[in-house]
Formats: sequence, C-alpha cells, structure tokens
Amino acid sequence: MTVHASTAVDAVVHLSDVRYSWDAASPPVVAVDSLRVARGERLMLRGPSGSGKSTLLSLLAGVLKAQSGSVRVLGHELGALTDSARDLFRADHIGVIFQMFNLIPYLSVRENVCLPCAFSARRRNRCEQSGASVGEVAARLLRHLDMGDVEMLGRQVTGLSVGQQQRVAAARSLIGRPELVLADEPTSSLDGDRRAAFLELLFRECERERTTLIFVTHDATLAPLFDRAVEFCDLNRIAGAPPATALSDDAR
Amino acid sequence: MILPLAIKSLRNRRLTASLTVLSIALSVALLLGVERIRQQSRETFANSVSGTDLIVGARSSPVHLLLSSVFRIGNATNNVSWDSYRRIAALPEVAWTIPLSLGDSHRGFHVLGTTQDYFDHYRFGQDRKLKLVEGERFTDAHGMVLGAEVAAALGYRLGQPIVIAHGSGDVAFALHNDHPFRVVGILARTGTPVDRAIHVSLEGLDAVHAQKSAEAAVDPLAAAMQKARQREAQRAGGTDQDRIPAGQPADHEHGDRGAAENGSPARTITAILVGLKSRSKALFMQRQLNETREEPLTAILPGATLLEVWDILAGAEKTLVAISGLVVVMGLAGMLIALLTSLSERRREMAVLRALGARPWHVFALLLGEATFLTLVGIGLGIAMLYLGLAVGEPWLEKSLGLFIPFRWPSAGEFGLMMLVAGAGVCIGLIPAYRIYRLSLADGMTIRI
Repeated sequence: MTVHASTAVDAVVHLSDVRYSWDAASPPVVAVDSLRVARGERLMLRGPSGSGKSTLLSLLAGVLKAQSGSVRVLGHELGALTDSARDLFRADHIGVIFQMFNLIPYLSVRENVCLPCAFSARRRNRCEQSGASVGEVAARLLRHLDMGDVEMLGRQVTGLSVGQQQRVAAARSLIGRPELVLADEPTSSLDGDRRAAFLELLFRECERERTTLIFVTHDATLAPLFDRAVEFCDLNRIAGAPPATALSDDAR
Repeated sequence: MILPLAIKSLRNRRLTASLTVLSIALSVALLLGVERIRQQSRETFANSVSGTDLIVGARSSPVHLLLSSVFRIGNATNNVSWDSYRRIAALPEVAWTIPLSLGDSHRGFHVLGTTQDYFDHYRFGQDRKLKLVEGERFTDAHGMVLGAEVAAALGYRLGQPIVIAHGSGDVAFALHNDHPFRVVGILARTGTPVDRAIHVSLEGLDAVHAQKSAEAAVDPLAAAMQKARQREAQRAGGTDQDRIPAGQPADHEHGDRGAAENGSPARTITAILVGLKSRSKALFMQRQLNETREEPLTAILPGATLLEVWDILAGAEKTLVAISGLVVVMGLAGMLIALLTSLSERRREMAVLRALGARPWHVFALLLGEATFLTLVGIGLGIAMLYLGLAVGEPWLEKSLGLFIPFRWPSAGEFGLMMLVAGAGVCIGLIPAYRIYRLSLADGMTIRI
C-alpha cells in the first residue's frame, strides 16, 4: 500500500471551511473544515447512513455547490466555475461509482461503460490517444476487471449478476482516465470475499492510471486496504456531532 | 448522442411508447383523412363542370339547380320545355347547349338523357373532354354509354342489354322493359358524377316514356290518375301541363315527356348547360334568362353558385376540422401524460446521467428528443394508416358517397398540417423536458423524494 503526502501543491482535492445545507433555514449537512487528498491516494470515508457522505461526494463532483468555503479539485475552485463549466469539469475529470451501481438498464454493457465519453470529448480523446476506439478501451477495461467475454459486451446490464454489474460500474467510472474517482458505498451489497476481490481490481486499475480514489463506506473493516481512512463524523463537524479522534484527517 | 439514447430509452418503455405513438397516429390519420376528403370533395365538385357559362333550369333555388343538374343530388322541382331549350339555343350569344334529362335510374345509377352535344361540349377538370375507353357514342334510341364507375360496379360490357327503371333510388318499382337499351360505349374515369351516370339519347328516353303514356291510355286507372294530377297542377295556378306540385320530384312523373311532337327529341328536359360565345356576356344572359316571360326559368353561373354551396358547407367543414384538431390535441395530451408520469421513475436515471457528465441541457434534450421522436413516428404511422385506410375504404367511399379519391402524395397544405402537429408535439415535449431539467438540477447525484 502506498502512502501519499497530501500537500497543497499536489492535492487533487482540497476542501476548506465548506458548508452546505439543503436550504437556508436548515442546519448544514456538510461542514468540513479541511480535507486534502493527494494524487493517486486511496482515501476511505467511513460513516453511518445519513451523515452527509453522499452530499459531500456531490460537492466534490460539482453537482452541488457549497454555500460557503472552498472546494478545489485539480486546482480548480469549483464554486468559481459557472454551472456549465462545472458540469464539463465533472465530465472530463471525475468518475463516479454508485452504491446501487445505477447502470442504465436499456443500454448494453459496452454502451454503459462508454457513456461518460459521450459527454466528454476529453475522455473520448484520451481513449483514442491510446490508439483504440472508445469501445475497444471499454472492452480492455472490462477484461482487466475479469469480464473479458466478448459476448458479454453486447448483453443488457439487467441480465448481469450483482458482481458483474459492479465491475461494469467500475469500468464506467474509469474510462477515459479521469483523475478522480468517487465511489459511494459500492461494496455494500457484496459478501466479504467478493468485496475484497472487487476492491483489488479497482485498486489495480486506479494504480495503473494513478487515479485518486475517494471511497465512501460504513464498513470499518475495509480501512486497512486504503492509504488513509477518515471517520466522516470527525471530518464533518455538523452541529451536535462530537468530533472523533481516530482516523480523522487532522490526526493523519 | 442524445437521440439514440432517447430512442433506446423509449424502446425500454415500448408498451407506453407504442400506445402513445398509436394515439398520435390515429389522430393524425383522422385529421389528414378529414382534410383529404374535404379537399377531394371540393375538387370533385369544382371539377365536375368546366367551361359551362350558365346552367338553366325551371324556377328553383340556384343551389338546388346546381346540385340536381350537375351533381345529381336531389331532384329538379320542375322541367324546362323543349321550346325554351330551342329558344335559348338559338340566341345569338349562345355558342352551344347541352340538354339534360334526368329522372330514371338503373340499379341505383342515374340515367341521363342528352344529345351528341354532351360528348362534344361537356368539360370537366381543367377543360378536359369526355373520352371513351371502349365503344362509341350512342347513335340511336337504344344506345347507352356508361360512366366508368357504373361499368366497373355492374361489370357491364359492350353489347349488353339494359332495362331502366322509374325514379332514382336503388330499388326499381317500375321497369321500362319494353324499351331495352344496349351498351355501346364506356367513358374513361373523370372523378366526377359523370362516372356514376348512364347516358342515353333523349330520343331513347322519350321512347321509354311514350310507351309509358300508351300504357296509361289503355289502363283506365292509370289514365284517371294522370288526369287528376294534371287537374291538380292547373288548380295550383300552372298553365304548363308539365308543372308538378312542389315537393313532388319531376322524375316520378314523366308520362308528359313522352310522345314528343314536331320531330323534337323530347317535350321537356330537366336542365340546360349553356356555353356562350363570350364569357363577358354571362351576367347579362343570366339576367335575361331569369326574366324570360314565356316560362319561369332560373339561370345560374356555376362558379358563383358553387361558392354559395361552399358557404353553406363551410360551417360543417370547420366543425369537422376542429373536431379532428381536438382529437390531435388529445393524442398529444396523451403523450404529455405518458412522459410526465414516467418522470418520477426516471429521476434516478437522470441523476446518474448528470453524475456521468451530462449537462442539464442533455437531460432537457433527452426528454425533448423523446417527445419529438414519438410525435414524428406518430405522424409517420398516421400517414401510413391514412393511405392504408384510403386504399381499403376507397371503394366504399366511391360507392356510397360518389367520392373518388385517387392516390397522391401529401399536398403542401397537408404538409403544413403535419408540421403543425410536429411543432405542437415539440412544444408539448418542452413541459416534461423543463420539469426534468429542474429536477435534475435539484436532485444532484442523489434523489431526495
């Protein structure tokens, strides 16, 4: 396991004094004083359901905009970007894996994996720079994730097993080599062995491209597999929540 | 990118999408069908008589005269004497005349008594002359020339003997079987009432009625009835022996048409088509004929009277088109409902697309693309259904309404209607598109319902 230094210079993600609430009258659901994630780092954020983890991921992806504070990703202040520029930034630089995989049911395996390239010319170009078409890169990624069966590429995703769907979701997040992958509890529906196998495949791909991974989970047993694990309740200083001491960003 | 995604999404919801397309298609087929029949009716009417400057008949309303003489709708209330016909034909302004004698039928088709002038001067459509596809014109009192539809419907061939009947209904109550006719010619299709007419000479028709008069003479009851009718006519103030009380169609009584005297082919006829040497004289001639002292006549300008017919029908036409338009609106409203009800189950899909890099306009365009696709496919299917319906229903339309609808590609007006429907479909698609756009902005990567 590689440990990365989270300096301001090479930080892929840098949050400071970030506050977000669903509406002005309610208390913030995200209140992060500081968080830095280095390039290539594998960070685990652990916390109970409803603690604001998914909201934080939406802030990092630029889907939501913080009411105050700074959210910098790859040196770009997301709050300073226009809505469309933020959308384009996400399409170009960020891959997402969802808890329930959220594959598009009416698309085939290959079409699902290729989908992000439809929204990002940059990711499409990166695929083509490798001398292969987007479809070939999708097939290669799936092969790396132990789904090399050609017949599988044309199948509807609804016919896949949970493990297969998860790998398709991982390939979708990695296509076009985004610098940052956000994973929202993607292993919650897997048993222990399959969970470890999936993480191994995901880490291998992230390491191959030096992709930064922020992985949200409520499963503390996964912590040793990551470069760093942060207790979300410590990170997210929302009103009434006592700060934890172990595994906090500051503690590292 | 967005349109293939929209089509695949619709394929995933194929049942709802198919029903939506079907409802749009049916409404479009109805709208275009009504428009096509409306246009074709107008064209058929407008094409039925061409180059005729005046139509002259017994005193009646202009519309009634036009409908009964040219379109064979209703019956003439009275007849015109042969003397009047000769007088009009001899006027110096008149280039040609066609006498028309209606009132008999054969198996539901009108029998028209006329002269050779009919084949020489009658024009339809854009100054088109009648053409025979088989045989020749009638040259004697037994010859009969069939309209195209009559020949097709009854399967008659040249040389076939035919017996005509009194009245113009489908059912014959009295047959003129003492004077059988023989088919000598079949006319080419014109798309006008000519196709549904059986043409015989005035002499032939007169011979039939002469026979009828002779029968009346030896039958005391028939003779007494005829006399009673004549007395009744005289009491009503008419001096003309041919006058028949209002409301009683002239064609039910034409014993008086028989036994033409002085070598004339008939004593009375139903109407006269008149061609003038100079069209500019039409109004003058119309006034002159309407003021004839010898016999009360009505002269009409066919084009002007046709406009009156359109005015009468305009309200019904507009109502029909409005109802068809409302059906289209209902079809599009069905699409709106289908798209709006699908939104709640598709919010997650949109959130996923947004997380994968789709911009709000992508989501907006996806829904708009779906609405556009559904509308266009619905229009396409509607056109196919229209042509299929016309192909299947054409024989019925021709038989029951006398409406011949030839195949033709959609007209500019119909294209306009289709564009209007497409535009309305796109506009309606803006509603769910905007709604999902707003939802996708609010939902972010998670859906809080």
